[in-house]
Amino acid sequence: MANLTDLTIAEAQAGLAQGEFSSKEITEAHITAIEAARDLNAFVTETPERALADAEASDKRRAEGEVGALDGLPIAIKDLFCTKGVKSTASSHMLEGFIPPYESSVTAKMVDAGMVMLGKTNLDEFAMGSSNETSYFGPVINPWKRNSDDQTLVPGGSSGGSASAVAARLCLGATGTDTGGSIRQPASFCGIVGMKPTYGRCSRWGIVAFASSLDQAGPMTRTVRDAAIMLQSMVGFDPKDTTSSEMPIPDFQAMLGQDIKGLKIGIPSEYRVEGTDPEILALWDQGIKWLEDAGAEAVEVSLPRTKYALPAYYIIAPAEASSNLARYDGMRYGLRAEGDSLSEVYENTRAEGFGNEVRRRILMGTYVLSAGYYDAYYIKAQKVRKLIADEFSAAFETVDAILTPAVPSAAFAHGEKSDDLLAMYLNDVMTVPASLAGLPGISVPAGLSSDGLPLGLQLITKAFDEETLFRVADVLEQSAGFTARPGEKA
Amino acid sequence: MSVDKSTVARIAQLARIKVPEEDLDALADELSKIVGWVEQLDEVDTDGVAPMASTAEGTVLRQRDDVVTDGNCREAVLSNAPETTNGYFVVPKVIE
Repeated sequence: MANLTDLTIAEAQAGLAQGEFSSKEITEAHITAIEAARDLNAFVTETPERALADAEASDKRRAEGEVGALDGLPIAIKDLFCTKGVKSTASSHMLEGFIPPYESSVTAKMVDAGMVMLGKTNLDEFAMGSSNETSYFGPVINPWKRNSDDQTLVPGGSSGGSASAVAARLCLGATGTDTGGSIRQPASFCGIVGMKPTYGRCSRWGIVAFASSLDQAGPMTRTVRDAAIMLQSMVGFDPKDTTSSEMPIPDFQAMLGQDIKGLKIGIPSEYRVEGTDPEILALWDQGIKWLEDAGAEAVEVSLPRTKYALPAYYIIAPAEASSNLARYDGMRYGLRAEGDSLSEVYENTRAEGFGNEVRRRILMGTYVLSAGYYDAYYIKAQKVRKLIADEFSAAFETVDAILTPAVPSAAFAHGEKSDDLLAMYLNDVMTVPASLAGLPGISVPAGLSSDGLPLGLQLITKAFDEETLFRVADVLEQSAGFTARPGEKA
Repeated sequence: MSVDKSTVARIAQLARIKVPEEDLDALADELSKIVGWVEQLDEVDTDGVAPMASTAEGTVLRQRDDVVTDGNCREAVLSNAPETTNGYFVVPKVIE
């Protein structure tokens, strides 16, 4: 029998269906793997007892012939999703002991589909960061290492724990959330698939809010097919989220294994961002060639305002965050600090509860929303957002999908960028534009750098066209044939 | 525009976050850097462009029926409170 932690979700489903192994066996294998990999710090909370109970219940259902779409599959959940009766911290001191009495809509669907929950994964505090170094519970370590040195590398962020756990074979798949790239960027850094669906596909209800007009949940897996399988059990209309979409849900797996002959793939030259690793640009060229070899036509598209997406994002996201995080007042839940007056209790609670990056973003957001600056910054950014969304719409009148790099660099070492704010923010330069426009995007591992680190390519399609996204991503994955694994350094 | 120390102190007060005096200079520097960088948006001609608050803008936000859908769960509501008494939240004195 193959190593149970090496299976894809699709393989595990088949093995469970054929009785080759039980959910209990595959769950135990993952619990053992998690215990052996605690140095990665990928989990904030491990839930082995819950996982074994889930697995036994799944095996019982299977014996009775009634299984769901994720039945018996050991999966990890980003600690930004509220899970009933299980600590949900957002990797913040503010919510350190928070135990939700309710379940997020996305994880509720996954529980209904029979998921086995292994635990809650580490993230940048309140999902604010691109390296998982802002977590109150310490940084996560990327299981990959460079050939050239032995330094520990960041897994990317904010879904860094999920990415690290999937890459290190600690779970079959994990949930992530993506506000400006928090699924796609860590997926690229860790050599896995990370997919952000169209804004509105996954309910935001019960996910700790960062920037509500951008936040979207999605799957992080080792294959494109696995992402399609997992996404199917995460999406769906939810009356509890006012921006939840009522669009029909397609069968995402149905698009896999189809050819892409005649599809037009847009190549936006504006993504040749200054400072991008030349190896990534070469990989992008290779990706274009793969899709052409598969029968698609590469077409130049122009998205001239791409460079303004990141500065617009760093106005809009902090503005929404400053408003969303106003709820942490120390009264109804979360941390409460001492103080001589009500005002002091608020101020001390929020000073103690929030880390530096979260404090900085709340202050930035408060600044751009304050009297006298609102129009100059916040409204200006929303106008630029509109222009960026319109540029994508225009491009999708002529192309079916857009191919870009997922990130401007491979994973970097801990501490390497933490002193330079703007350099850190630049990590999201390739992923933020699609976030502002609410479009689906996927990062597919496509190659290794000369230093032995994984690099991802990103595909973007028009809103609610995840079918084309999966169809092209599948071909890209087959062409790239990425089989490298972390820890196989020569 | 650069953000000075007194502006940081003012927005920190608006955000209800106590910022120690010794952090103000560094924060003013950092915020000035970010604000200076986002000001490149001024290069973009946005005359006549409608600001976009959400990509779901085209859709009409739903209103649910005005009926009770939840309730009778006081224990759950209070379960994470820093301080409670007799089924109520306890908050610091509000009226002096």
